[in-house]
Formats: sequence, C-alpha cells, structure tokens
Amino acid sequence: MAMDERVQSAPSHDAPRASLGDFSKGLPFLAILALSMLLPLIGNDYWALIATRASIYWILVSGLNLIVGFAGQLAIGYVALFAVGAYTASVLAAGNVLPALPPFAALGAAGVVSAAMGVVVGLPALRLRTFYFAMTTLGFATIVTQVALGWQSVTGGGIGLSGPSLPAPFDTTWGLYGLCLGLAALCTWMTANLAYSRFGRALVATRDADVAAEANGIAKPHLLIGVFLFAGAAAGVAGGLFASLQTYITPDAFTFDLSLLFFIAVLIGGRGSILGPLLGTLLLTLLPEMAAPLAAWSTFVYAALLLIIVLLMPGGIATLLDFDNRRVLSDNRVILPQPAALGQLLAAARPATGLEMEGVVLSFGGVTAIDGLDLSVQPGQVHGLIGPNGSGKTTTLNVISGYFRPQQGQMTLDGTNLPTGLPVLRAGRGVCRTFQTPRIIGAASVLQNVMVGGTITGRAGFLEAMLSLPRSLRDERAIRMRARLALQAVGLHALENVRADRLQHSELRFLEIARGLMLHPSLLLLDEPAAGLSAEEIKRLGALIKAISEHGVGVLLVEHHADLIFEICDQITVLNLGKVLARGTPAEIRMHKEVVSAYLGA
Amino acid sequence: MFASIIASGLAMGAIYALIGITYNTMFATSRVMSFTAGQLGMLGGVFGSLLMLRLGLPLVLGLPLTLLLCAGVGIVTEFVAVRPVLKSLDQHLYVLTTLAVALLIQQVTAIEWSTEPQPFPRLFELGRDAWDEKYWLPVATCAVTISALEFLYRRTLIGRAFLAVAEDNFAARALGLPERTLRVASYAMAGAIGALAGFSGGQLLLAFFANGQLLNFYGFIPVALGGLGNNRGAIIGGLALGLFQQAANFTVGGIFASVAVFVLFIVVLLVAPQGLFGAPASRRV
Repeated sequence: MAMDERVQSAPSHDAPRASLGDFSKGLPFLAILALSMLLPLIGNDYWALIATRASIYWILVSGLNLIVGFAGQLAIGYVALFAVGAYTASVLAAGNVLPALPPFAALGAAGVVSAAMGVVVGLPALRLRTFYFAMTTLGFATIVTQVALGWQSVTGGGIGLSGPSLPAPFDTTWGLYGLCLGLAALCTWMTANLAYSRFGRALVATRDADVAAEANGIAKPHLLIGVFLFAGAAAGVAGGLFASLQTYITPDAFTFDLSLLFFIAVLIGGRGSILGPLLGTLLLTLLPEMAAPLAAWSTFVYAALLLIIVLLMPGGIATLLDFDNRRVLSDNRVILPQPAALGQLLAAARPATGLEMEGVVLSFGGVTAIDGLDLSVQPGQVHGLIGPNGSGKTTTLNVISGYFRPQQGQMTLDGTNLPTGLPVLRAGRGVCRTFQTPRIIGAASVLQNVMVGGTITGRAGFLEAMLSLPRSLRDERAIRMRARLALQAVGLHALENVRADRLQHSELRFLEIARGLMLHPSLLLLDEPAAGLSAEEIKRLGALIKAISEHGVGVLLVEHHADLIFEICDQITVLNLGKVLARGTPAEIRMHKEVVSAYLGA
Repeated sequence: MFASIIASGLAMGAIYALIGITYNTMFATSRVMSFTAGQLGMLGGVFGSLLMLRLGLPLVLGLPLTLLLCAGVGIVTEFVAVRPVLKSLDQHLYVLTTLAVALLIQQVTAIEWSTEPQPFPRLFELGRDAWDEKYWLPVATCAVTISALEFLYRRTLIGRAFLAVAEDNFAARALGLPERTLRVASYAMAGAIGALAGFSGGQLLLAFFANGQLLNFYGFIPVALGGLGNNRGAIIGGLALGLFQQAANFTVGGIFASVAVFVLFIVVLLVAPQGLFGAPASRRV
C-alpha cells in the first residue's frame, strides 16, 4: 500500500522540477535575444547589417537543424531553397511575370514555393540511404544556379534583379533588423516546441534507431514530409528577406559556400540541440567579419572545420555545454524493478484473446527459416520460445512484428487479422517488442527514450506541437507521466535524465522493456532479454516479466537461459529447423525425450 | 544537328560513365560513396592543362604524370577521409569527411589555379566536326578503361582479390588478403580513372575548378541508374544520361535540360531505388 502511494505521488512531485528545467533551458536563448535587442542602442549600421544577416541565416538554419541535427538527413545543398525563396520574392514583388504582389505577400509566396521544393528534393530521403539525399540536394543546388543564370527573362540572368522593398517601418536598417530578429525568435520558439514534442523525439529515433522507431509506430515518411515543408518554408522566407537586405540579387550571391555555412553551423552546434546550432550560426557569420583576410579562403576554412569536427569532436558545441552528463555515475547501481507501478500503467483492460499463428512458412532463397509454424500466445501468459541457434526464434518475432513477410500462413491478434509485413502498424495493434541488441537512442536521455514508445498515443498534430497548443501540452504531460511510471516499474527511475549511451548493457535491456510498456501492449515480444545479465538481475527480470503478464499482457519470450524459461513460462514451444519440435507446459517439456536430447542435454 | 547530338551526347556520357566507375571503384573496397569522384575528374583536366600547356610537357609525360598525381590524391583521400570513419559506416560520416576533402581540393584549385575556365591542349589534331577528337576521345578512353578493368577483375589474381574484398571484406581478411593495401590501391586506381575522365574530356569541359561539383552530380546519376558498384550499369546509365541531356540541350535549351535531368534522376530514384541493374537491399533486423 505504501508503495502504491509513492507511485502515485511521484509524477506530481516531479512536475515543478520539470518546468524549472524548461525555464533554465530557455535562459540562454532569452539572453541572446536580450543582447540582440540592445544592439540598436550601441551598434552602428555595419553591425546592423551583420546582425540582420545572422538573423536571416538562423531563420534558415533553425529549419535545417530539424533535418540535419534531429532527423540526421544530410541536406548539404540548402542554399538552393534559399535562392528559390529570394528569386520568388523578388520576381513576384517586381511583377515582371505576374502582376506585382505586395512585398509581404511575395515573402509568403516565397515560403510556399520553397516549402514545395523542399518536399520534392526530399522525396528520395523518404526511402533511400543518406548518401542519395545528400546528392539530390547537391544536384538541386547545381540546377538552381544554372536556371537562375539561364532563365534571363525572369531572373535577369547574370545581371540579376532587385529584391522586394518592404514598406515602413521595415524600410530602414534597424526596421528590417527588427523584423528579421522577430522572425528568428519565432522560428527558434517553433523549432524548440517541435524538438521537445513527440515529433522531435520521433525524428531523433529515426536517426539513431530506425528499426526501433518503426516498431514503435513512427512512420518516417509522414514525419519527414512535415519537417521538409517547415524547413523549406523557413528557407524561402529567409531567402526573401535576404533579397530585401541585399536590395539586389545575382546568382553569385548564392554560392555553395553559403550552403556549407548553413550545414556546418548545425554540425558545429551539435546534433539534436537548438542552442548549439544557434551559436554555430552566429560564430560562422561573424568569423569572416573578424578576420577579413580569411574571406577568400572561407570555403577552405569551412571545409577544414567540417573535417575537424567530424573526426575530432563529433558532438559539437552542444556536448561542451552538456554539463549534466559529465557528472560521474555511481558504479554500483542496482536495477530494482517496482512491479507495483504496473498497476497504474496497465490499468485499463484491453479486450484481448491473444495471438494465433497458423501455417506460417518463410524462406530466404533456398533456406526455409520457418516451416509451417503454428503458435498461440494467450493473454496473461508468458509463452517461451526456445530452440537451438538457427531454429527460427528471432525470425518468428520478426514475422510477428512485420519485418519479414511470410510466403504462407496467417496471423490473428485479438480476433482480427494481423496483416503480414507493415511493421509500422504493429504498435497501433498493441504489439511491442525488444531487440536482441538493444536499439536505443544513445544521445537522448533515458526518459526521452522511453517516451518514444508513447509516440502514437499523442493526439495533437504537427502544427499544434509546433505552436505548443494546449492539446500538445496535454499529450506531453500524459506521455511523460506514463514514461516515469514505466521507468519506475523496471527500476530505472533514478537514471531518467542520464544520456542513454552512458548506461550499462543490462540497464539497456530494462530500458527497452519500459519503452515497450508505454502503449499498454496486448502482446509483448522479448528477444533474449536476459542475455548479458547477472544471475541476480535475471531473477528480477523474471519477476518483472511475470508481473507484466499478470496484468493481462501476452508475453512471447525468446531466451536461452533454460532456468528463466522453466521458472516463469506458462507455455513453451520448442523450435528446431523452423518446425515445432514440442509444445506444452514447462513440466511436459522437461520430460520430452527429443527436446532433452536435442537441446537441453541429458 | 542529329550528328552533333549523338557525338556530344556520347562524349559527355562517356565522361559521366568514367566518373561513375570512379565512384564504384572506391565503393567496392570500402562501401563508401566519396564526393571526391567529381573533383578527381576536375583535377584530370587541370593537371593536364598545367603540365602540357603551362609547363610544355609532351603527352607521353603529361598523361602519366596527371594519372600519378590524381592517384596520389586518391590515396590521401583514403587516409584522411575514409579510414578514420570506416568503423562507423552506418552513421554516414564518410559523406561529411569526403565532402570536406572534395571542397578543400576545389578551393585550393580555385585559388592556386584560376577561377576562370582555362584552355586544354589538343592532343592528336585528329578528326573534325562530329568526328573531332574532343568527341571520340572520351568514348575511346571509356571503352579502353572498362576493357582493362574487366580484364583486371576477371583474368588476374590481384583483380580477383579486389572482387573478394568487395564481396565480403571480413571473409577476405580471414583468407589472409591484405584488405587495407587493396583498399588503398583501389583509391589510387579510382584517382587514375577519374583523371582519365577529366583528361580525355579536357577539350570539352576545359580546365575549370567548378567542374568538380558538376561531375559529382552528373557522374553519380549513372551509378544510381546502374546500381551501386555495377560498372556495366554505370556505362549504360552514363551514355543514356549523356544522350538524354544533349538531346534536351539542343531541343529545349540548357536550363530545361538541367531541370529535365534532375526530374529524371528523382523519378528513377523513386521508381527503382536500387538502380535498374542493382541488387535488392540487405536485411535490417
């Protein structure tokens, strides 16, 4: 009873600390903003120009940061979208193609056109390896320059055309600066909202653990399209503002150097951070001004910086600023699961009848990995799946979670058909899993890793999250609360703010289980959860798994530790060469002659 | 006009195909797509012009020296940008390191050579109009290069060692093959092939620092079309790209030709992500 009380009070206890944490996270941004707002009092026109340029660059980089820093997609040619925005705004405001638009409408149109282009250029990233996307953006940058030079009737070719002139009060140096700074602040706020919402976590998940992201129901294409739209729009508006600032644009203004500046600003700043890339952008904008002789060698310096960062300090500025994660963790940590927390986590009853597999056949070329498998996992039971190496245990898990599409057979879950393939839809059906090698986001905190498991429970859309509307805040609160409960249940709650790559192997196994509990699964698939654990930890793991099943979850457990299997399983299926060798209760399996001789040993 | 389309299309296509083979040669032993491929092509033109026009060396010295210099650049690339990041291939850090090296090469060329296109010497004074040497030279070079590569890979022991590393470098190492030396050798070879592309196409492309980026993109399209690591695919893809681009160039004009090529590239990637002759993707779980 006492334990129950502690569990319930925990989330409300932590709430004020979390909001304080958010505030201190915002502090550096407010300081930068305050300094920027003081600039008109102390600076001259030259400083206004540099600061306006830095604000414009940051408008673009803030969006690009979501692509490069969070989603890990290497967009190296984003100057192209900047140029498209600049030309769109200038051409529409000048009215040399269509009737002239008011300057702000032209700016808006620049955002829309660049957003659309951003998606077109990003299409290959939805399906293909990273290198292809890098190449596509590079190709796009090449093409845009050629078009700007060649399409003289519209762009003025090499001679160029004048940028949109904004109406008062934005027609003065400081007026334009105010507008750019305001938009830059708005972009910072919007990207921060996105980054710390379920969408931001999902982006990082697709970057560092894409298979796990899929298993948790994160559809990468949808997510990336949203981000490409936003980053494209930001780049387009930034381009339009740049055209206003320059008053006159030619293709020479959009060299690949600029693209490199944007890209490297994110990498210097550090992936998965917002403050870092902001500082990186300021640094790279100021650097050539500070050292004038460097101007001719700026590309060389940027390229050398890129090489040095990647080889010597891959974490960037953000890692330097991450003081919390330099604190030494205690060596003798113990994982103490609190199964009592499961009561609240798995309270709502799910209508469950369990998993049925019938006649599943899967072969890779000539090798039959699964040969006519029937399997049934009842809700509330732990079902052990054992067998020698290569008998098809993990393959069976991969068929259930949709990574492999069997040639024959069918599956039903809780009475309805479970279509083969389509791993991304499994989470929605209540199928959660862990992996033989834990697939976690090393750069994110333990809590954030677990919260990834609750991605699909959110109701607020991309825009709501970006604007931090009430529904999105409610989602976040609910997901965070469940994640804390799940961490408590598996015994990792003391480590919630630690970066996950600092954890020990055994802790990662429990972390994956916590992530799997976020959705209140109907079926939990565990792939060798006891591998690498100490005897004491295996005992606690066993008790935890048993407790999970007692809350009505069907658990399918692939494991080599015979002791654990025989202690906690209600049913056991023994596989050999893709076929069922035996099935029954632990007592029956222990007596089974073939199993004993083939697998367990005399 | 038809003759010029065919002649310039095949010539440009052969250059793209050679850059594609440069990509493939580096990819085979390291699983790395290197952004230096296009820069090697650019350097082939620049070194050729430097050695033969500025320093007045004859072809018999100029060509081997160009190949040697570019092979050296290839080896440096392997040491600086490829070896340090091979351990974490899945993080795609090689995209960044090879891009950085490519940009260093490009910027040094721009500053130390020239930012304007410089002339490239005529080599044989052979042929005119559609049969001018500037058109048939790249095609002939491409044919010789692919024949030599096929001979190397299929008929010689060292070529088979390359194939073994390309197929499975762990197994190759277990067999006692000097995997590291073979990788360095393949980067040197890629440097020479890239140099051949720029050298044979020098009269078409001139000795111009910005060619690198252009060749990077247009040389990658044959690889995407033909499938990563597939040289025959790269040749077919390269020639098809050259003909398509030049046909569009002559009929609808330069800018729309570029747009058409780009759209074609995206469509091919979406419809046939593994290329037209490529192998299916490997398993992830």
